[in-house]
Amino acid sequence: MTTTTLNHDEAHHHDMPTGWRRWLFSTNHKDIGTLYLLFALTMLFLGGASAMLIRLELFQPGIQLLDPDLYNNLVTNHALIMIFGAVMPAAAGLANWMIPMMIGAPDMALPRMNNLSFWILPAAATMLILSFIVPFFPGGGTQINTGWTLYPPLSVQVGMSMDFLIFAIHLLGISSVLASINIIVTLLNMRAPGMTLMTMPMFCWTWLVTAFLLILVVPVLAGGVTMLLFDRHFGTSFFDAAGGGDPVLFQHLFWFFGHPEVYILLLPSIGVLSHVIPAFSRKPLFGYKSMVGAMLTVATIGMVVWAHHQYTIGMSLGAVTYFMIGTILISIPVGLMIFNFIATMWRGAMTFETPMLFAVAIVLMFTFGGLSGVMLAVVPADMQYHDSMFVVAHFHYVLMPGAVFGLFAGVFYWLPKWTGHMYDETLGKIFFWTNVIGFNITFFPQHFLGLAGMPRRIVDYNMMFTEFNVISSIGAIIFGLSHLLLLYIVIKTIRGGKKAESRAWEGAKGLEWELDSPPAFHTWTVAPQIK
Amino acid sequence: MSAKEHSGDYFIPDPSPWPIIGMFSLLITLFGGALAMNGVSLGSYLVVAGLLMFFYLLYGWFRDVIKENLSDCYNRQVDTSFRMGMFWFIASEVFFFLSFFGALYYIRNIALPWLGGDGYLGVTNEILYHGFENAWPSHGPGELGGDFLPMGAWGIPAINTLILLTSGATITWAHWGLKLDNQKQLVNGLIATIALGVFFVILQAYEYGHAYQELNLTLETGAYGSTFYMLTGFHGFHVTMGAVMLMAILGRSMKSHFSAHNHFAFEAVAWYWHFVDVVWLGLFVFVYWL
Repeated sequence: MTTTTLNHDEAHHHDMPTGWRRWLFSTNHKDIGTLYLLFALTMLFLGGASAMLIRLELFQPGIQLLDPDLYNNLVTNHALIMIFGAVMPAAAGLANWMIPMMIGAPDMALPRMNNLSFWILPAAATMLILSFIVPFFPGGGTQINTGWTLYPPLSVQVGMSMDFLIFAIHLLGISSVLASINIIVTLLNMRAPGMTLMTMPMFCWTWLVTAFLLILVVPVLAGGVTMLLFDRHFGTSFFDAAGGGDPVLFQHLFWFFGHPEVYILLLPSIGVLSHVIPAFSRKPLFGYKSMVGAMLTVATIGMVVWAHHQYTIGMSLGAVTYFMIGTILISIPVGLMIFNFIATMWRGAMTFETPMLFAVAIVLMFTFGGLSGVMLAVVPADMQYHDSMFVVAHFHYVLMPGAVFGLFAGVFYWLPKWTGHMYDETLGKIFFWTNVIGFNITFFPQHFLGLAGMPRRIVDYNMMFTEFNVISSIGAIIFGLSHLLLLYIVIKTIRGGKKAESRAWEGAKGLEWELDSPPAFHTWTVAPQIK
Repeated sequence: MSAKEHSGDYFIPDPSPWPIIGMFSLLITLFGGALAMNGVSLGSYLVVAGLLMFFYLLYGWFRDVIKENLSDCYNRQVDTSFRMGMFWFIASEVFFFLSFFGALYYIRNIALPWLGGDGYLGVTNEILYHGFENAWPSHGPGELGGDFLPMGAWGIPAINTLILLTSGATITWAHWGLKLDNQKQLVNGLIATIALGVFFVILQAYEYGHAYQELNLTLETGAYGSTFYMLTGFHGFHVTMGAVMLMAILGRSMKSHFSAHNHFAFEAVAWYWHFVDVVWLGLFVFVYWL
């Protein structure tokens, strides 16, 4: 604490940049973290709006609002905006804010590049949105009806909007690789003296593994869409069987990225949980070393099981068996993480503030999503579930609790630190319950729809699926509207509220809680000594 | 440096306009690129404008970095950050190339045997492409791009291998010169490396001309043409970038910017050059030779 106060005095020597230059030219990890989070929030609403339109269309059988191409265009954009625009930037925002404060570093290791990796995102979002609206202009070509997986040959036939999308993916890739380099270097080179890899906070570990995964798999996606671009415009035949290529090759390239991407979305939230659950159970995290081991195992196996997304393409028996066994093996380390969380709560003095409510919901609901994942991993069963609404239900149960609820938990947990104000706990709890109940009403019935045979990515459906679709759409309205409450809570907390102490939560541990709330513009300019 | 006051030992740069210029340059370039590819003439102007902006950004950003380095803003820890950053950047590049090598592997060992009737999916061959036999080089059952001759390994490609390997040696020789504070050896080594790099690119360009005009080997030549040009093309682009980086380093060496103990920029470019070298070895073996 003494070191911190000393640094504040030092900080006043140099005036904080003000006005638009502070945000546009920033080299400060806290400001860049804020930018990331605000960008993610905006994208959350954009992606949410497209989801609302999808559910509105599916409220009744028949085609009411959207023609089939527009429907699939919305599905594509919903996925890409949520994954690349909302979840990944939000996780990067948490990393930017918290990692330097957690490890006692003055900033990220490469502050200017940090700003570049953020500012590429608005450019990418522009290209992404253009890919959605270009077809509405005369001469704009056909809509993107491929889904976010962009499988050829369909993606080779789509009009110019696909080129905007491919370039958007290039930009998103550059942004995440630069951000990952920065995070790895920060974690390896900037830890306060005395903090070893095996004593650094778990959130840092999860991001270290995530960043490794990003550096290894994002370039492969970039290569894949580059080949797609060449197939579209320069006459190559990577994905054309007539020239000796294979459309399935794209699926391999895509899922070599796409499957680790699931862990890229998941792990930062696991990191948040590893702070939230101990804080509100008032016990240290159970099994730190086994958490690290489990995470490394998940990441390693996760790199080599991608083809379980493509069981139906006609791989050899040996190949599908390998991918099935590998996939099911992943449930062991993931289960270990879940048991660690439960063991952390065991006999703890637990209280249920909003972050903890989300954490408990994650432990329950993510486990549920994981179990339907094991069902999908089994080859003969998957032949039935493939491309049905069951898959949609499964991955929303994995990604909403696994990734998004974790980010919500993180935001509520650290909001007092960032803003210096406590959020309104009652509103937080109302948000939690409407959000979680709305989510379950939306996606639980989709399991039944899928098992009964309703395919995904199709605008219309058989009359027999009506009831569950009506329930799902009503749930979606509750779920979607609940996020307005999130927006309100965040704005309200930024503007004022009960003053937060430096240790905003009684059970919170770690260097970040030794700093003021809100922290000074520059913190840990002199590294703290860790015993 | 004023920034030093508030950042303790570790140098935190002042707010900088370059990242946001980077955003605009990338957006303009790629927006223009998407338009140009679809025949909108405005697109190519935007690409040129975007690229000019990008080069201005590179110039300005690196000028700032050099200025900071020369005014001793960077301590050992900052130097380590740069080194690690470059290392992981090259790692990401390795995986970018792996996607193309992976495509080559997949096409040769899985896609073409299927099309040729191998394994339990051989029925594809019976129904769709009867009579097609799996072989490499191949332009597929549709014989896309017409008759062609493959590129041999032991002409220009073998010479290019020697050139790049030699350039790897000359840059190491230059590095030794730098470590011994031997300015002349440093500059000569760099000049030799750049000359070899440029010679390599010229030979590659000549080879492309030869392939297009005499072998009828083009981008449209099925899977073989696609993988050949994609892999060698991206590699050639990286060699060109590497040569430009080496020229910048040569300029700085002549101004005596580097010392035996402070020359991260030199080493970063040397690593990059070695990486390009290793990729070439992979290319020579898997694209030209086997």
